Amino acid sequence: MNKKFLIPLGLFAALVVFLAVGLTRDPREIPSPLVGKAAPDFSLPVLAGDKPFSPADMNGKVWLFNVWATWCVACREEHPLLVEFSKNSKVPVVGLSYKEIQPQDMANGPMKDAEKLQLARERSLRFLQRQGNPYSLSVLDLDGRVGIDYGVYGVPETYLIDKQGVIRYKRIGPLTPQLLQDTLLPLIQKWEAS
Amino acid sequence: MIPELGQFALILATMLALLLGILPMWGAVNRNIVWQSLARPAAFLQFALVVLSFACLAASFLSNDFSVKYVAEHSNRLLPRAYQFAAVWGGHEGSLLLWVLMLTGWTAAVALFSQSLPLNMVARVLGVLGLVAVGFMAFILITSNPFDRLFPIPADGRDLNPLLQDPGLVIHPPMLYMGYVGMSVAFAFAIAALISGRLDAAWARWSRPWTVIAWSFLTFGIGLGSWWAYYELGWGGWWFWDPVENASLMPWLVGTALIHSLMVTEKRGSFKAWTVLLAIAAFSLSLLGTFLVRSGVLTSVHAFATDPARGIFVLCFLAIVIGASLTLFAWRAPAVTLGGSMGLVSRESFLLLNSVLLVVATGAVLLGTLYPLIIDALNLGKLSVGPPYFNLVFAPLMVPLLFVLVPGTVAHWREARLNDMVLRLRWIALAAFLLAIGLPFLFGEWSAGTALGVFLGMWVALGSLQHVVERIRKPGRIGGSFWGMHLAHFGMAVLVLGITGVKSFEVERDVRMALGDTVTIAPYTFRLADMVDVKGPNYKAMQAHVEVLKNDQVIEVLYPEKRRYFSSAMPMTEAAIDSGVLRDLYVSLGDPLPGDTPSWSMRVYYKPFVPWLWAGVLMMVFGGVLAALDRRYRRGSVSPLQTAGEALSSAS
Repeated sequence: MNKKFLIPLGLFAALVVFLAVGLTRDPREIPSPLVGKAAPDFSLPVLAGDKPFSPADMNGKVWLFNVWATWCVACREEHPLLVEFSKNSKVPVVGLSYKEIQPQDMANGPMKDAEKLQLARERSLRFLQRQGNPYSLSVLDLDGRVGIDYGVYGVPETYLIDKQGVIRYKRIGPLTPQLLQDTLLPLIQKWEAS
Repeated sequence: MIPELGQFALILATMLALLLGILPMWGAVNRNIVWQSLARPAAFLQFALVVLSFACLAASFLSNDFSVKYVAEHSNRLLPRAYQFAAVWGGHEGSLLLWVLMLTGWTAAVALFSQSLPLNMVARVLGVLGLVAVGFMAFILITSNPFDRLFPIPADGRDLNPLLQDPGLVIHPPMLYMGYVGMSVAFAFAIAALISGRLDAAWARWSRPWTVIAWSFLTFGIGLGSWWAYYELGWGGWWFWDPVENASLMPWLVGTALIHSLMVTEKRGSFKAWTVLLAIAAFSLSLLGTFLVRSGVLTSVHAFATDPARGIFVLCFLAIVIGASLTLFAWRAPAVTLGGSMGLVSRESFLLLNSVLLVVATGAVLLGTLYPLIIDALNLGKLSVGPPYFNLVFAPLMVPLLFVLVPGTVAHWREARLNDMVLRLRWIALAAFLLAIGLPFLFGEWSAGTALGVFLGMWVALGSLQHVVERIRKPGRIGGSFWGMHLAHFGMAVLVLGITGVKSFEVERDVRMALGDTVTIAPYTFRLADMVDVKGPNYKAMQAHVEVLKNDQVIEVLYPEKRRYFSSAMPMTEAAIDSGVLRDLYVSLGDPLPGDTPSWSMRVYYKPFVPWLWAGVLMMVFGGVLAALDRRYRRGSVSPLQTAGEALSSAS
């Protein structure tokens, strides 16, 4: 057999190996430069209550920071899992209601900041009443500035933050039961113990 | 009941495809006429069953049967009728069923139009197509059944992705699939020829019309996709080097190499092994495209299915089909005779150059598409490859390709005289050169890149025209393939000129506009005259009325929209375009902006020569169709004279 006629087969075999390895990877998993760094500080109004929240309030605790919005379809898929998680775990989940007010909400003209805050609160609380509330508290990031600091790429996103306020894990996209079981819970245990 | 009937028909079709893949092939080995002659009826029956299955799915959509999971996920009651039908291929499962429908349709067409072929060839070709169909049908039945039921039954469906609710996208997938799947016919002919050892002029001749028709569909499908992206995505771009676009471009490039290489194999008996390899590659790249899209292994706006089971299935299927083909190739191809000799300057050498350039270009696109995956697989990090890479490597390969196109069409077979060709082509070379120097000034600034594009486009266009004029002056009937070739080449020239024009002279303005505001891109002035709410069957929209003024006269009013479909939170942009012969005016409406007076972000483009892109693509498509319908392909079997000539050339 002439060897040069085997070249296409060899190239193809190499390609299959790469494709097979590629299949085990998630192309949407984007490494965050924030992992291993301190969670950016902020102070934002909370959904229910007058006292603003800042990440320093959580020092000494391992906690989850979950980015969500009522207009986000994938968040709705993720929501029952979060509710379930919050019932079974002592780890607090803080919500970041991200850009709740969208441009189309202002089709009838611009809104004042107070109006926006009002509408965002009403809509978010209604949503949580109906779908269950997994959050120990949720802060309102109306203009999305905190989202920029955290490098929010798509909603929902979830951050695991340790006792020293360092981000230890970031998930872009909805959590899944498998992800929770295989990745998040072991990580929580690890950082709780340290 | 109807969905179950559809599923049952699909299961029957799968079993029939398995029979088709085994019995006639076995019959061809044993010279059993009865088994071989099973191939044709099996192909027809298989197609009928898949049509029935497809019709059942369509009926479920049109009757709003939301107990079918796939229907509930991709349609709803408010969806206009035509889109309810188009929603059949709006998702993963249905588009696979469409794929299988096309595949069995092509198989039936081969069975119907192969009267002049020897029976054992027909048996083998249909058998190979049957085996490919088994793989796809099993894929549907095992991992992606569109007939799965849903309980509890929802009151209404989720709706078709608003991006897909567009006439362009309704016909884009069927055309693209016709092209992809059509390559399977060329593939089946190649495999059949490898198995039988009959890699000869007759094989190339049978393959040619099928390959050219498939190529035409693929061209049309890619063109439609580009057109859709241009007016629907609202960015004014028409090619993004998106992995899914690349997945369709790669089989097109190899398919283009294949139709040229087949010509050499038919006329001169040369390049046989190379042609077979191209036929395998063209279909393999179609399959690879399917894998890339369906497995979600690369992130892309198109990849709507990320499911590991599906990915693994397609990868195994890919490995079996392509691996087996390439093994067969490595085993049988060395025995293939080399065919006629060729001179350093001859039509063969130009066509060889064409093949090599197209294959290298395919390799470059493949590398760019898979590079992020390879880097990730080697744990070297995450990255993406963007348009700069593709433009950088692709354009330099197209320059020599377009340059050799003209001498390639006029050179003699076997041995051409360089002097004669220079004499023959010197005037059009000079004309193209002068136009390249002069034309860019007419439209704006002169730059070397623009001049090069104009030169190449004009060179190809004038080369084709000259050849046609010379041929008309000579006596004798001119065949469809001659007209087809030149129409397609002329279309390529128009496309190149269009790309050069739009890349060189497009103007883009991103502005904030309140009512009454104007923006000017000389000589046009755009004025936002009004903003109104409009209501569609399943969406609400804001519609801007933008007047286009030239010399203070309103020449056109454009109505770009921002739509909100009831079923989804994502707003959709509907750009408004005014097309002329030499330019498009393109307005797309952005979001309302905060501020005291109501104002909106607005994207206004002046896009010269964009209609030339579509015109060029259409010419290529019709050129292909014309060539494929050439009478000589429909004559009976290969003439004794030709067989004698073939024997002579392989003996020499």
